[in-house]
Amino acid sequence: MAGGGNIAAAPPVPRERRRARLRDRVVAGAFLLPAAVLLGVWLVYPAVNTVVRSFYDRSGDAFVGIDNYRTLFSSDPLLTAIRNNALWVAVVPALVTAIGLIFAVLTERIRWSVAFKVAVFMPMAISLFAAGVIWRVMYEKEPDRGAINATIGAVADWVDPPGVLSSARASSPALAGGTGGGIALRDTVRPGGVALMGLTGIRASEVPDDAREAVRPASRPGTVTGVVWRDFRPGGGRAGVVEPGESGLPGVTVELRHSGGGRVATTETGPDGTFRFDGVADGDYRVAIGAATFAAPFDGVNWLGQGLITPAVMMAYIWVWAGFAMVVIGAGLAAIPRDLLEAARTDGASEWQVFRRVTVPLLAPVLSVVFITMIINVLKVFDIVLSVAPASVQDDANVIALAMWRTAFGGTNDFGLGSAIAVFLFLLVIPVLALNVRRFRREQ
Amino acid sequence: MRRPHAGRPLTLLAALIAAFALLAGCGGDDDSGGGSTPAGDENVTGTVSMTAVWSGDEQAKFQKVLDGFTERYPNVTVNYTSGGDQLPTILSTAVQGGNPPDLAAVAQPGLVKDFAARGAIKPIDFAEDAITQNYSQGWVDQGKVDGTLYGLYFKGANKSTVWFNPHVFNDAGVEPPANWDDFLKVAGTVKDSGVPAFSIAGADGWTLTDLFENIYLRSAGPEKYDQLANHEIPWTDPSVISALTMMKDVIGDPQNIAGGIDGALQTEFPTSVAQTFGETPKAAMVIEGDFVPTALPADANLVAGEDYDVFAFPSLGDSPDAIMGAGDQVVMFKDTPAARALVEYLATPEAAEIWVEQGGFSSPNKNVDDNAYQDDLTRETATALADAQTFRFDMSDLQPASFGATVGQGMWKDFQDFLRNPNPQATAQRLERDAVRAYK
Repeated sequence: MAGGGNIAAAPPVPRERRRARLRDRVVAGAFLLPAAVLLGVWLVYPAVNTVVRSFYDRSGDAFVGIDNYRTLFSSDPLLTAIRNNALWVAVVPALVTAIGLIFAVLTERIRWSVAFKVAVFMPMAISLFAAGVIWRVMYEKEPDRGAINATIGAVADWVDPPGVLSSARASSPALAGGTGGGIALRDTVRPGGVALMGLTGIRASEVPDDAREAVRPASRPGTVTGVVWRDFRPGGGRAGVVEPGESGLPGVTVELRHSGGGRVATTETGPDGTFRFDGVADGDYRVAIGAATFAAPFDGVNWLGQGLITPAVMMAYIWVWAGFAMVVIGAGLAAIPRDLLEAARTDGASEWQVFRRVTVPLLAPVLSVVFITMIINVLKVFDIVLSVAPASVQDDANVIALAMWRTAFGGTNDFGLGSAIAVFLFLLVIPVLALNVRRFRREQ
Repeated sequence: MRRPHAGRPLTLLAALIAAFALLAGCGGDDDSGGGSTPAGDENVTGTVSMTAVWSGDEQAKFQKVLDGFTERYPNVTVNYTSGGDQLPTILSTAVQGGNPPDLAAVAQPGLVKDFAARGAIKPIDFAEDAITQNYSQGWVDQGKVDGTLYGLYFKGANKSTVWFNPHVFNDAGVEPPANWDDFLKVAGTVKDSGVPAFSIAGADGWTLTDLFENIYLRSAGPEKYDQLANHEIPWTDPSVISALTMMKDVIGDPQNIAGGIDGALQTEFPTSVAQTFGETPKAAMVIEGDFVPTALPADANLVAGEDYDVFAFPSLGDSPDAIMGAGDQVVMFKDTPAARALVEYLATPEAAEIWVEQGGFSSPNKNVDDNAYQDDLTRETATALADAQTFRFDMSDLQPASFGATVGQGMWKDFQDFLRNPNPQATAQRLERDAVRAYK
């Protein structure tokens, strides 16, 4: 349609044409009206009302000016949310785009590309919340429950096997001495002495089947004797005393050390837990059980703890969105003229050079679409944080949208502050939206 | 407070027979239960609408209770609708819109207080005699707002219980302890036997506040408990710090907690129960209320008394037995003869027994027949609840929601931080700071 200036300059429009144009406008208006009403009721009015509400207090009765905004930038949990959101924007869109690009380029070259694409795209078929629930379970610290820690644990325990008595502890303060690790007697022994090594914290079911009741060995000249036993019987028993009903611990490696450290000899305990070192030269010794016996099994990475929770949620989020990026970028890749790539190769470019100098520049528009879409998505990230982070670390994993929901609906029901957070989030999204709109215009 | 709503399955037939048998038994006896409560009256006519959180299985069970009412009052129709977990919102909106139900069962004393202040609910002093006769003083007082009786506690929860795995206790050779010192000794012995003593659901802040409230009610006494609940004394009071120090004896030893501190902080309540009563128990005890059995793994076929058992929260020093708990109180929005009749009926032991026999229910009504409970454990926890000389409501439920019942802030958050870093002084200061903010 011509601009206003042109109309003024043009000769007078015939009456019929003017009436026709008016009719066109009325018809167009009639068609637009339902959409305009819906937009007004569902978008414009709530948006405006949210802005207004953000200047009122919790109950909505008193006007408080910019107090809510001041709270937003002064309370720790909300600042954490803003900081986390910044981290999300800095890390996730770039990673999703990069991973999508790598997958898209690689799937062009492998044989089972369709199967691979389906597998990577599959997470898009489930909601973010459900994905979060899945990852929440996989991230459990307990290797018995969390799949990720179970996998890491299997490898870690293979590389560094846990000790046979990993949960055991010394039963009495008599076993608190010496250097060189493990559990050692506090008092030194001389040949002819008896070393009592009582341990607790061992489940009855963990005692080997061939174990027999512990006995206190007799003293022998020139020999250090002793017993390693489960110093526990129902009710507890007396610590440091071999009592009837207490079981010996067979197969435990016992060390004889110089009183200043340094190993002299090692031996293993028998079925009743007894051991002996024969032919020991006169002097002061320490009896000890080496640290390897008590080496703890893999304990689990604390994915859902305060330190790792945000990277953990990001990982789950990338898992979901990588498929989307791959498919969009893959479509862009398919549209690149093959002869350009061939020409580059003929000119002697290496595959890396082809990728870096030809493919990526040609893909730039598609990459930017993915990148900007991801920025918008990441700014409003919400449900996956709620479902992955246990309540005890939600403050540490907090993001702006989650903070808004928790403030407005999570029990506090502070709609004033909640609205302020919503407005703040809206302001953050606007520049990205503007960028997107401008790019669309340019493309048209 | 969040607590799982569930119940034991029971054959419909048995319940019906029980209900009818009861009705037949008391039909001719005018003075049964509530004394002044008439056994039935055909002259009362009308319709009563009622709302509560009970849905699904619980709704079916409550419907049987209502059927018992319409047996007595054939000319009254009762329309029950479940509000689900959104009940507080639904009721507040209905009150604001001027169209509340005739009766509602509310779990939040703060909300009842609010309704009373606005004049939305009516006093139920016409039933005061019956209620005083059927309920211990603690429960009657809980239903009062500024001395006027507004609420009748129909359903209760005993939160002063500790559930344990008897197999683990046997292996360790220990008995359920009666007082705090024994409790800690038992925990130490269990630890030496190779099993951590406690399964702590640290991901749910409310389990930690429950533990604190139990300790505080016993160590500081009910008067201080009330003062702290109303924030008349600060959280930095020495009594709070000493209770926190005692709590540290339970949660302060990572070796005695299943999964250690990090593990506990990501353990939700159902998991904390499942891992204690599973195939290879990861802990010996769960410190939570009478609803623990509802969270037991259903496919494990665990037997009450053999595979799981309960003891009362241990007394501290010479503290008298005190119960900390929660409950749903019936309040009246519209004063009609039919609504009055239903309130009076719900105050009778017979009404409560109908649900008691169906399982999954603890009645605060002390005249409920103990034999009506299906198993010994429920009987034990429920009668302790009804007979309690000292009863106090869950303190966090009495707080403004932003302090007492919000994920990630207030009490829940502060006690999770206490689990992470058990420093009584610092925790008391944080609690006080958050309380001041919430009471503003």
